[in-house]
Amino acid sequence: MRTTLTVNGERHDLSHDERLSLLDAIRDQIGLTGTKKGCDHGQCGACTVHVNGRRVNSCLTLAAMHDGDEITTIEGLGTPDAPGAMQASFQACDGFQCGFCTAGQIMSASAVLEEIGRGEPSHVSSSLSSIDGMTDGELAERMSGNLCRCSAYPMIRAAIARAAEAAE
Amino acid sequence: MTFDFKMDQPQPRLLDSTRQGLIGTDMARPEGLLKVTGAAAYAADHLPEGCVHGMLVRATVTRGRVTAIDEGSIGDIPGLLGVFHGPKFIRNPAQGMAGESPIRPDTEVHFHGQPIALVVAETFEAAREGALRLAVTYESAPAEVDPETASEVESDEPDTRGDWDDAWGKAAARVDLTFRTAGHVSAAMEPHAAVAEWQGENLLLRGALQMVATNRLELADALGVEPERVRVVSPFVGGGFGSKLGIGPEAVAASVAARDLGRPVRVVMARQTVFDAVLRRTETRQRLRLAADADGKLLALAHDDRISNLPGEGFAEPVSSASRFTYDALAMHFAQEVARNHRTPSGSVRAPGEAVGMITLEVAMDMLAQLLDIDPLDLRLKNVATSHPMTGQAFGEQRLADCLTEGARRFGWADRPAPGTRSEGDWLIGAGMAAAARPNALQESSARVRLTPWGAVVETDMTDIGTGTYAILTQIAGEMLGLPAERVEVRLADSDFPRSPGSGGSFGASSSGSAVFMAAKGIREKLARTLGCDPDDLALQDGIARGGNVERSLADLIDGELGETATVGPGKTAETHASAGFGAHFAEVAVHRWTGEIRVRRMLGLFDIGRVLNERTARGQALGGMIWGMGGALHEALEHDPRTGHIANRDLANYHVAAHADVPGDITADFLPVRDDHANPMQSKGVGELGISGSGAAILNAVHDACGARLLSIPATPDKVIAAMEEG
Repeated sequence: MRTTLTVNGERHDLSHDERLSLLDAIRDQIGLTGTKKGCDHGQCGACTVHVNGRRVNSCLTLAAMHDGDEITTIEGLGTPDAPGAMQASFQACDGFQCGFCTAGQIMSASAVLEEIGRGEPSHVSSSLSSIDGMTDGELAERMSGNLCRCSAYPMIRAAIARAAEAAE
Repeated sequence: MTFDFKMDQPQPRLLDSTRQGLIGTDMARPEGLLKVTGAAAYAADHLPEGCVHGMLVRATVTRGRVTAIDEGSIGDIPGLLGVFHGPKFIRNPAQGMAGESPIRPDTEVHFHGQPIALVVAETFEAAREGALRLAVTYESAPAEVDPETASEVESDEPDTRGDWDDAWGKAAARVDLTFRTAGHVSAAMEPHAAVAEWQGENLLLRGALQMVATNRLELADALGVEPERVRVVSPFVGGGFGSKLGIGPEAVAASVAARDLGRPVRVVMARQTVFDAVLRRTETRQRLRLAADADGKLLALAHDDRISNLPGEGFAEPVSSASRFTYDALAMHFAQEVARNHRTPSGSVRAPGEAVGMITLEVAMDMLAQLLDIDPLDLRLKNVATSHPMTGQAFGEQRLADCLTEGARRFGWADRPAPGTRSEGDWLIGAGMAAAARPNALQESSARVRLTPWGAVVETDMTDIGTGTYAILTQIAGEMLGLPAERVEVRLADSDFPRSPGSGGSFGASSSGSAVFMAAKGIREKLARTLGCDPDDLALQDGIARGGNVERSLADLIDGELGETATVGPGKTAETHASAGFGAHFAEVAVHRWTGEIRVRRMLGLFDIGRVLNERTARGQALGGMIWGMGGALHEALEHDPRTGHIANRDLANYHVAAHADVPGDITADFLPVRDDHANPMQSKGVGELGISGSGAAILNAVHDACGARLLSIPATPDKVIAAMEEG
């Protein structure tokens, strides 16, 4: 079957097996391998990308469901020579070790800042109608879908807080 | 030219007098920007021209024989290229540093989930369908899967010291406890992956591997080819933690299929296969006995354990490793039993031994302090070993007492309220502490350093599994040769490069770093000769050499290129001196009065790791270890089906590794300034596993302080906490 995706602003016309996940489309068909497969079951968050501005586990959704969608991957945020703000913050704070979960952490983190900016509450927010701001507890809760077995969590949260401060 | 160095005597502290100012700093990782932008290519990110996809098939019986594999059962799948199995396939990953093929069971099955075949197809989807649908028939045999009731149990003579009965008999206080720990998995975020590509008779294997030199030998042996025909590369590894020490079934299967098909083959384990088929950490049952006089001086210490492994697997978790040298006692006793069973075989998972042994020792120490009504900190300070109790060796450097006292000061240990007196609503608050210890070793390692007019190039087959190898080798070479970091290039993890031990046992940084250090030292001596000065008077900084009143740029001083290859290895100091990392953990927890939920609110670790090579990567290792210790204490457990032994919770939804929400914002790790002159020429010690050692005990001891519940089985899940609160 055929699907058209726009990834990091570039249009891709894919011819593929119906069962192709969005993750495998991005990695193996389009060749953007910065997005990682850690579990293929939506349990680890390594495959997080943005679909039309929202974070999504790309392993849990089929490519065929995204005809015409706008996808952003880690490569869309910056390059080694010109890293994006969140990427630079992760580098500055050592918000990674092995680097395998890192794309997912960064894609999730940049979406989290937007979710907080929109005032969307989380499980630890004190009210359903408003949130308490950018606390460490809010970041920890909202980032808990992204596992890091190296356990660079303290540095990841420092990197997100730093990026949030810089954005203000 | 090759430069051989054996660590026969302490070496001058050269890195304390060099001028570049790189060593020990918190320099950012040179490969970091590749990682944060998705540009670092891991094994499975490679899809060479014509590459096809393989999926491993798992055994669905625990023990027996495959009698038929019906390839016709999946013959209808479009794009199917073949089903591979047979005598070259390995049963399980090689144990660390094996250097030869693991058991190749051919048609035999020895554990549920054993990889028995590989389905290869043009697409991943087709290969996966084939692996799931392939019809396999078995002849099944009975299998024991419970270590407690195993009929085959092996044991060696206990290691002992002193007169046990006498020491035990005259004690004023005694602790005799049984502690149980669940099995663990490494669960590196990168599933085990291999891309095999034959170029004529030569194999290029891109793998997710920690030790490429021995991995090459293991793969060549499994395939029956000369090692010279195999090249293994692994420049980026998505975490290892012991699970990628040895060559795995994915690499052998991919190589077999690629050769037959004449096309590159990529095999990535499904996450569930990583659980089933990669070596686990054994569950343990431990008996810990302590006896002390009324002042808290230890008289007797015994640490006996029972672990399990598959028949024929040589690895045995060294549970009592750190109990042998952390504290001194007149009488000591260490015994181990290995129960043979048919669970997934066991092997190295981060900090084999200490991860499960030190938590037991340190909970027992807390119980002894309680019995004697002595501050747990003071009890430890009274008993810190001043030499290795079992071998009599002096310690190269041993700063456990300083870690304990300085850590206590930073944590505010002395100001904590009395046990069981602090609460916030339904949450009971408590504090706990524990010691950390982990042996340190220098392993034989080689590196090549080339100085060119541009800068320095370092080559070694050492890996960076997130530990910071790219950073520290950059710093060592830059520091020794007077070059800024951006003029040093570090090339790693290619089996064509000089051989290192790879990443494992916390010895990688010190071993590979010492090889780079000695190679650079050789270059310094050549530079001094050219400059006409004594090597001791040579000063190198920012590409300028100074010595004997002469100043020249390095580029002028060398004629094209100056190279040195050094091989370093352990020598006499490893016999005369014991080397180990030490530390102290402090934790504050909240325990929910009604649900038994434990929340860790604060953790502090202070460590003696000798010279710190890079403060930020060392801190990352220490914090990561501390969080692993927390996860082991509170969350992680392999659950085995009692009928088949198979791992029931074989994914990341059911096996809980610590997530952001489990980790407190207030968690710190720091290091004392130490030099271990007997460890290696850089005076450094390992850090990758030390953080786990004891961190879970600080948490369990804090739980006891908070609510009186004494947890003697981990993970300390709420059901166990509630039961222990009712007892306590």
